[in-house]
Amino acid sequence: MQSRTLPNTAGVGFKSVHFEDLADPGAVSWLEIHAENYMVEGGPRLAMLDDLRTRFPISVHGVGLSIGGEGPLDPAHLARLRRLIERVRPAQFSEHLAWSTHEGAYFSDLLPLPYTAATLDRVAAHVDEVQQHLGLRMLLENPSSYLVFEESTLSETAFLDEVSRRTGCGLLLDINNVFISASNLGTSAQGYLADYPVELVGEIHLAGYAEEDDGQGGPLLIDTHGAPVADPVWELYAEVISRIGPRPTLIEWDNDVPEFRTLEVEAARAARVMARRRAA
Amino acid sequence: MNGQGAFAGALLSPEMPCPEQLRGPAGRHATRRFDVYRNNVTVALTEALAAAFPVVQRLVGEAYFAAMARDFIREHPPRSPVMALYGAGLPGWIERFPPLAALPYLPEVACLEQARREASLSADAAPLDPQALAGLSPEALAASAPRPHPAARFLRTRHPALAIWARNAGRPDLVQRPAGEVLVTRPKLSVLTCAAPIGTAATLEALARGLPLGAALPAGADHSAIFACLFSAGAVISEGDPKP
Amino acid sequence: MTLHSKHLALAGAFAAGLAQFAGAAQAQEQEKCFGVAMAGQNGCAAGPGTTCAGTASVDYQGNSWTLVPAGTCAEIDLPAMADGTPRMGSLEPLMRDLPKG
Repeated sequence: MQSRTLPNTAGVGFKSVHFEDLADPGAVSWLEIHAENYMVEGGPRLAMLDDLRTRFPISVHGVGLSIGGEGPLDPAHLARLRRLIERVRPAQFSEHLAWSTHEGAYFSDLLPLPYTAATLDRVAAHVDEVQQHLGLRMLLENPSSYLVFEESTLSETAFLDEVSRRTGCGLLLDINNVFISASNLGTSAQGYLADYPVELVGEIHLAGYAEEDDGQGGPLLIDTHGAPVADPVWELYAEVISRIGPRPTLIEWDNDVPEFRTLEVEAARAARVMARRRAA
Repeated sequence: MNGQGAFAGALLSPEMPCPEQLRGPAGRHATRRFDVYRNNVTVALTEALAAAFPVVQRLVGEAYFAAMARDFIREHPPRSPVMALYGAGLPGWIERFPPLAALPYLPEVACLEQARREASLSADAAPLDPQALAGLSPEALAASAPRPHPAARFLRTRHPALAIWARNAGRPDLVQRPAGEVLVTRPKLSVLTCAAPIGTAATLEALARGLPLGAALPAGADHSAIFACLFSAGAVISEGDPKP
Repeated sequence: MTLHSKHLALAGAFAAGLAQFAGAAQAQEQEKCFGVAMAGQNGCAAGPGTTCAGTASVDYQGNSWTLVPAGTCAEIDLPAMADGTPRMGSLEPLMRDLPKG
């Protein structure tokens, strides 16, 4: 299925254990894959992907480009990414406002950035380079935060808005990340969404978190993608959808992956939120 | 040291302090919050290694595997963001890891798991149909030079690594196999693992160098057994096929 | 052996190998095609929070490694040979509790 844009419906993150279940996808009408898992020469992973892309619109979500890295983007990784994009012809490509590589070592996590003018210049230049190299408009996702940098001078929303203004990129709004960050940093999720440039949203992510103790008498929310979407996140999602209308909405579940039906129930719930908005 | 250098340095070094400029809410120190990143990195990399070396993990146990993975990760963080490929150096590292010297078969089991992983991720190719060689004259057969399939991997084991692997991987058909040669292939989408007759590895090495069949099969080996093994496992492709 | 007789021997081995190959079941697909993970996955989710793996200090420094392997390796016995080198060869007499049948 060649689709130039993702539909304004619900999708899920693809897990190979769910391959057979996708014969009966229910409310799931598109799939997202993590780009790096398919940067291989052949074999069952790519065979599955080649099959799925004939049946579903695919969103390619990168986790290893290190767009916020202090060093230059890795040309080998960009080349791998381009090869994958050319093979899959996805409906969308997105990456994270984060870094994960330093001096050639990869840290397999999405690491935080200080929001400064220098970071802004670097991120905008890297987004520009990615878009040029891949020949597409990418989406940039807001991170989940556990801490802040003393030297930050910009809010995250202003930072994302400015990156988009300079590069023309769209945004991927992860509402679970908004909720987690606000809780962990003692700020307001509603306030974040009021400042966030919602008109740039090309996709929404929803996921579950885990709650731990911050060691100082408060909760510390961990972005585990290992649980159902929490009620306050569903409420924020409904508010966003009522403001901007239906958007491609992904249910992410990456740890303790449940049966497909559990994911499908979450996707159906997102679809109902969008249907209510359409009816309104 | 600059911002990301300090951050990166402390990620895999728990004895180092949390970088100075990090803060929790209300300007409080963020050590425990920084630990979230430390754990993410170590856990994600440990899980990548465990996914690639499940039998090694079963053999030493989860707690031991996590502890040795932690040391491996700190010495050899990934140089590429593709986790499917991370840990190719683990078999050699295990071999040089003194606390595991009492399990001399473990590096071989790890090599077998690495071979299986490489086979599952390597380029696809149609195996040579041996019937295509059946009509050749003896001279033409000797001059033909099939090449190893891009997914074909082989090991020469000094310990019964195949049997030990099979026992821990739910493969009762292979648990009696002695030490010797092991062939791993992927003719289509499934990885095949089998015991191979002596000389199979040398044959594949010679074919990889471009030698023809007449020069590739080692003297003294059971050539018909080697042919049967290579064909049934789909371990060779036609010399005419484009390079993978 | 002349070159021609060497080629004849090779052709004979090939024919015998082909017969064995044709007689055996064609390369069985031993494992289900899809769903075989067998390698690490990239993700964008966080791990298990603030305690455990990443905050423990190094376990092996010099000779201070205290852990002992505690998995199925305990079921495998490869006794040393008389000269002290680890025993090699068939596993058959060496494994203590092979599955019956």
